[in-house]
Amino acid sequence: MATYSTNEFRSGLKIMLDGDPCVIIENEFVKPGKGQAFNRVKIRNLKTGRVLEKTFKSGETVEAADVIDTEMQYLYNDGDQWHFMDPETYEQVAADATAVGDAAKWLKEQDICTVTLWNGVPISVTPPNHVVLTVVETDPGVRGDTSGGGGKPATTDTGAVVRVPLFINEGDKIKVDTRTGEYVGRVKE
Amino acid sequence: MSDWRPAASPAVLALRARLLARIRAFFQARNVLEVETPCFSRAANPDPHIESFRLAGESRWLHTSPEFAMKRLLAAGLGDCFQIARVFRAGEAGRRHNPEFTLLEWYRLAWDHHRLMDEVADLLGELLDAPPARRLTYREAFVEFAGIDPFTADVVDLRARAVEAGIAVSDLGDDPDTWRDLLLTHLVEPNLPSEIPLFIHDWPASQAALARIRPGSPPLAERFELYWRGMELANGYHELTDATEQRRRFEQENARRRLAGLPSMPLDEALLAALEHGLPPCAGVALGVDRLVMLAAGVDDIRQVLAFDWERA
Repeated sequence: MATYSTNEFRSGLKIMLDGDPCVIIENEFVKPGKGQAFNRVKIRNLKTGRVLEKTFKSGETVEAADVIDTEMQYLYNDGDQWHFMDPETYEQVAADATAVGDAAKWLKEQDICTVTLWNGVPISVTPPNHVVLTVVETDPGVRGDTSGGGGKPATTDTGAVVRVPLFINEGDKIKVDTRTGEYVGRVKE
Repeated sequence: MSDWRPAASPAVLALRARLLARIRAFFQARNVLEVETPCFSRAANPDPHIESFRLAGESRWLHTSPEFAMKRLLAAGLGDCFQIARVFRAGEAGRRHNPEFTLLEWYRLAWDHHRLMDEVADLLGELLDAPPARRLTYREAFVEFAGIDPFTADVVDLRARAVEAGIAVSDLGDDPDTWRDLLLTHLVEPNLPSEIPLFIHDWPASQAALARIRPGSPPLAERFELYWRGMELANGYHELTDATEQRRRFEQENARRRLAGLPSMPLDEALLAALEHGLPPCAGVALGVDRLVMLAAGVDDIRQVLAFDWERA
């Protein structure tokens, strides 16, 4: 089993903590003038996304987490699981709702996503930064309004609700930033 | 190697040079002699919290401070002296640590730690226009900033205080000093007033290092640490001069190293012989020069004051 010493701590390092894979966001080495040194780290739990702080005695070792990020194509949802494929090896994995989480509402078939695998099993899915979605439900458009001021909610084919300008109609394709959930623009066919 | 450029800006390197010149002028004006001692020694520092670099295949270690050699000079009758030394501590790297760094160390005969604190404050005033310093005992600092008396609290109390303060930590074991160090670094240091230099003195006897212990209840180490603007800057002692007690402390430190699975270090028999011969009563202090430059330059990462930090070296 691979381990890391606190000397090797740096941001991005994946370690096991209380049975969950985590990534180090920030590592600070603190030491009183004389005496015990500590590593104060900010860690994100890769399963829950929660950020926590933890202090290690310097020199301690922790178990490495076998976590890798892979670019995979989203194939389909079978009602229970989301299926992804490695476009190079054609290898497929299935992610459950816990792993997909909020990303579900941005997933469009054929899009390339980042799938985080822990011991080969998906634990989180990051959609592309920008996705193009079709509006399936919104109040009728207001002709002549292109300012985007005000806006209205629109439901997309993936189930996401996005605030769009008044001129957007059902059937329009829109570009959305998945990191903020904000409308970026209308996409002309 | 693409990253060949220095980490520090030319302006900061010029500032560093000016500060070094002013440190030398400060001591010259006070008749304190500049000395140089070897970086490589046949002995090493047994402090279990400091790791020395060893020369491959030889019984030689890089010094972690010039303290032992300078005390030999004092025992030989040299008098007040200072040194600006490059020192080495394995594994210490971070925003305020570089494994290779510069210490200003000086000794004053017949002084105690309080008189030396005055002089450290004078130096800060002269170099950095520091306002007058404040002094707090270790106990006062803990009561004020960690909400616990570090001398009456036992391991259970100290651990409970850490949990209450929301410090998530793996089990640190049963040594109260480890828990004190945790509270010191996580609760006391971050909450110290940062606008004025602050000395914390009268440390637990178990953390005396090379300081005298003043008998009493509890006995207290005549040691001080200096903090300013959130940074630990200096560590000083009313120096231990008793050779037997020094040997006992070294052996105790080596015992703790073995307990922690660390190699024992060869004791500095030359220092012990010098103490046996007679170290005049004195006070000594080591001040981090890189951190001094950080304060002068207003930067918060040690790499910004080093021409080439550990990763670029």
